[in-house]
Amino acid sequence: MTQQVEALRYAHLLDWGARIGVLALVLSFAAYVFGLLPPHVPLEQLPTVWDLPVDAYLQRTATPTGWGWLALAHKGDISGLIGISLLAGCSLPPLLGLIPLYLKRRDYFYTGICVLVIAVLALAASGVLTGGH
Amino acid sequence: MHPLSRIATTPKLERTGLFLVMLLTLAAPAFSADSVVPASNMPWWFWPMALFVTCFLIGIVAVPAGIGGGTLFVPIIGGFFPFHLDFVRGAGLLVALASALAAGPMLLRGGLSSLRLALPLALLASMSSIAGAMLGLALPASVIQTALGVIVLGIVTLMLFSKKSEFPHVAQPDRLSSALGIHGVFIDGASGQSINWQVHRTPLGLMVFLAIGVMAGMFGIGAGWANVPALNLLMGAPLKVSAGTSGLVLSLVDSSAAWVYLNRGAVLPMIAVPSVVGMMLGARIGARLLHVLKGSVIRKMVITLLLFAGIRALLKGLGVWV
Repeated sequence: MTQQVEALRYAHLLDWGARIGVLALVLSFAAYVFGLLPPHVPLEQLPTVWDLPVDAYLQRTATPTGWGWLALAHKGDISGLIGISLLAGCSLPPLLGLIPLYLKRRDYFYTGICVLVIAVLALAASGVLTGGH
Repeated sequence: MHPLSRIATTPKLERTGLFLVMLLTLAAPAFSADSVVPASNMPWWFWPMALFVTCFLIGIVAVPAGIGGGTLFVPIIGGFFPFHLDFVRGAGLLVALASALAAGPMLLRGGLSSLRLALPLALLASMSSIAGAMLGLALPASVIQTALGVIVLGIVTLMLFSKKSEFPHVAQPDRLSSALGIHGVFIDGASGQSINWQVHRTPLGLMVFLAIGVMAGMFGIGAGWANVPALNLLMGAPLKVSAGTSGLVLSLVDSSAAWVYLNRGAVLPMIAVPSVVGMMLGARIGARLLHVLKGSVIRKMVITLLLFAGIRALLKGLGVWV
């Protein structure tokens, strides 16, 4: 049951990644709403900007795009992006975990597919590809 | 029973949700004095609270209705909440992603999700979801809103008229699926029988998943509503394997598109976090109520809700009902 071995490894790594992501999401949100971390955009100003298109929002609030938010990760609202990034990236470890299993079985086609999916996710995460109005 | 002892015995995710409600409730008075929305006279915390409750309710009905929470999220929140559609779609992708991640490991362990089936489809759909996300963020909101209305009304039609096949008959697998070794065995929980399955029309399926990826990225609505019919009716995978594998494909497709929204600045934690936690908590309750609630009644209710939200999105996009 080689399929089962792959599935179990993928499930295990995905499960832990998602748990860590949700935990980071809730903790950073708690720090945000309780004011433990000062926000980049004050809470009382949010209703005046959350109805703007993203470009206007970024301009009005001087919020960076791409990975620029890392420099502001100590701000309450921006810190929430850590958990969100963990959730968006938690498929990478399970995919990486599949590669040795497929290589061991000399399943080069599925090894290649895993590498390509990882490359697509990495490209999306890199911030190189962004749309805009 | 003391309320705190009841919380202690509640599953982890439900405790997280209760914790979030308490957070928002406790934090609210601290800001209530000077936090007023000029347009609606609502304090800032009203909308995240309303969002959490709405997503919790969506999560409850989504499971018995057999539809992904993300599909309901974008038209309802986009139509009736004050947030811009860019942020709603960013949050919608995260809602769909979180739901897929929550269910994914369990489905894989239970043999209801096939990696060999999911990975080739997810590769193409992930690529196209990036293109869809970029396109969605480049087009004017009114165009997206109108197209969303059309898509949602299409989903309503699909829910009303599409048939499902528990165990489709696949006389012979196509050459591509044979070469890729896409087949498997799963134990049907209802009958206890071991079911061998294989698929056909794989090249066409790959093309369909390219289109599904574009829609998932563009509208942020997840794609379970399209994945399952494509896997089940087109490719011939058993219904349960289709539903399980759809979640796995979604987790990869929505991750790719979510990165584009994240890098573009279209993810606001104040919108995304209450939505994600509310939906995950509601889905847990919905799964528990699966045997109590009448699925057909809930499904009709959800179809009516989607119909209303679809018409609202269409009219909002066309500028008729702003």
